[in-house]
Amino acid sequence: MSAPQQDAPGLLDELPGEVMMWVLIVSELLVFGAGLAAFMAMRLTDPAGFAEAQAHLHRAGAALNTVVLVTSGLLAALAVRAAEAGREARKRGLLAAAMALGVVFLIVKGVEYADKAGQGIGMETHTFFTFYYLLTGFHAAHVIAGVVLLALVAVLRDPRATETGAAFWHMVDLVWVLLFPVIYLIR
Amino acid sequence: MKYQTQKIALAYFAVALALFAVQVTIGLVMGFVYVVPTFLSDLVPFNILRMLHSNSLIVWLLLGFFGAAYYLLPEESEREIHSQNLAWLQLGILVLGTLGVVVTYLFNIFEGNFLLGKEGREFLEQPKWVKAGIVVAALIFLYNVSMTVLAGRKTAITNILLLGLWGLALLFLFAFYNPSNLALDKMYWWYVVHLWVEGTWELVMASILAFLMLKLTGVDREVVEKWLYVIVAAALFSGILGTGHHYYWIGTPGYWQWIGSIFSSLEVIPFFAMMAFAFVMVWKGRRDHPNKAALLWALGCATLAFFGAGVWGFLHTLHGVNYYTHGTQITAAHGHLAFYGAYVCLNLAIITYAMPHLLGRDPYNQVLNMASFWLMSSGVVFMTFVLTFAGTVQTHLQRVMGEEFMFVQDQLALFYWMRLGAGVAVVLGALLFVYAVFVPRREVISQEPTVAAE
Repeated sequence: MSAPQQDAPGLLDELPGEVMMWVLIVSELLVFGAGLAAFMAMRLTDPAGFAEAQAHLHRAGAALNTVVLVTSGLLAALAVRAAEAGREARKRGLLAAAMALGVVFLIVKGVEYADKAGQGIGMETHTFFTFYYLLTGFHAAHVIAGVVLLALVAVLRDPRATETGAAFWHMVDLVWVLLFPVIYLIR
Repeated sequence: MKYQTQKIALAYFAVALALFAVQVTIGLVMGFVYVVPTFLSDLVPFNILRMLHSNSLIVWLLLGFFGAAYYLLPEESEREIHSQNLAWLQLGILVLGTLGVVVTYLFNIFEGNFLLGKEGREFLEQPKWVKAGIVVAALIFLYNVSMTVLAGRKTAITNILLLGLWGLALLFLFAFYNPSNLALDKMYWWYVVHLWVEGTWELVMASILAFLMLKLTGVDREVVEKWLYVIVAAALFSGILGTGHHYYWIGTPGYWQWIGSIFSSLEVIPFFAMMAFAFVMVWKGRRDHPNKAALLWALGCATLAFFGAGVWGFLHTLHGVNYYTHGTQITAAHGHLAFYGAYVCLNLAIITYAMPHLLGRDPYNQVLNMASFWLMSSGVVFMTFVLTFAGTVQTHLQRVMGEEFMFVQDQLALFYWMRLGAGVAVVLGALLFVYAVFVPRREVISQEPTVAAE
């Protein structure tokens, strides 16, 4: 009678890191997924306007940022291995490097935003830019949160904490890899 | 009832249900005004009736929450309530404030007075002295329950309940900000209205529901807590930025249309999770609790909240849809089923569960109580369908065809008559509930088997 009761938590326990982090990750993916879907739907209504607006973006900067963030994700994954092997110093070094790359991403992003502001482009300039700022801005906020989270788990000696932090960081990574082609590349 | 101070809940529940009766009665009067618009129009204008209807709803639901907290906190923290006298003082202040509001609404004395008069608002309309009283009462309440919890056992249920109640009280402070710019006024009042019902109240709802499931189904606390955390996370994740769905057409920047649409669409998730939670717990539960009526209310709460708040909310939350439906009877349909399902049923569930314990009896009047559930719920559900149809017709005639507001209203008369009928069922159901809860039959103690049945 109590058998089914033990099955459900068992499945959840197989997830790496904290279960609540997975609830958050799924929620985030829903939000960004809905945002991207809405963006693509709106582009259908004005393909020319969207293409013209897209031409103002820094593709090279965004491509650089993709490399930066994916590398940072690799470092976080290596940090999880180090944490599981009990190599605290190596874990901290790798997490510090991952965080540093996160900051590099934010600097490149900041340069991009400053350039847009210089051209007089704001959120209300065109629907394209409303989505551009909402999606990349919301993502950048998650990069900031991720850096803070990585700093937190670097201090904690629990490998499960590092797993949880890395899971969040990979989500931030994944979202960018989805945003980059849809917003910057696809015409 | 293990703890003496749980008795405080009895008084809160009594005042809450009295106000509930007033609220639905005024609702019925308004339903009649819809079909005979001149009724009472000289004596009590419609906007006053509307304020009485919605504000008495809010106040009685809050009183119910306070009562529920006083009932379940001693059991959860395994402590008596910190101070019984403070709880009475709190109730006294709230009753005085409520009476003050009603008198001020009805007779509009002190017109224009900064402290004593009306503020001329659609929502959060109380004289300043009442607002101050509410804050004092809330502070007393928070002090009282926090001291109780801090001194006793801390559970996920008490933590979430306190988080919800603290958030609720702090957010009310925005009610004091009353800028002369109407757009700003609207922007800030949602910090109270929206972040209450789609934020902090959901936390209160989830924790009370969790308490009921724990008691009624006998499922392990550990399982209940896991669900509780997931529900709360989903509620806050979607609900906070979901505020954006009130910012579509009030002069706020256009990006709110997307933030509001996306996040508030996700608000259906916590309500779905609460429904799934309630049914999974009952399905897994091994306990056959004698209070079937309380279980019915709890399951009804989770189900109707999902449909009223979740489905009917989603129906008009996307800004492309809301552009047409905003402020039509679609909104009224959603409002009625959402409040009824989520918060009315929740209060009636905890009251049905707690009353036998508070009176020291076995569950009583179960059939009457369950009959009141079906009568009231069918009334509200029928009202919701009728108003949804009315709203659809209204949207088409008024917003698509561009016909005049009052000309359209005339064509909706049939729906309004049916809504009045639904309202009668709701009022009868409410009165039946009050009777079932407060008038237990004389207990049959069969020491002498011959007089068992009188």
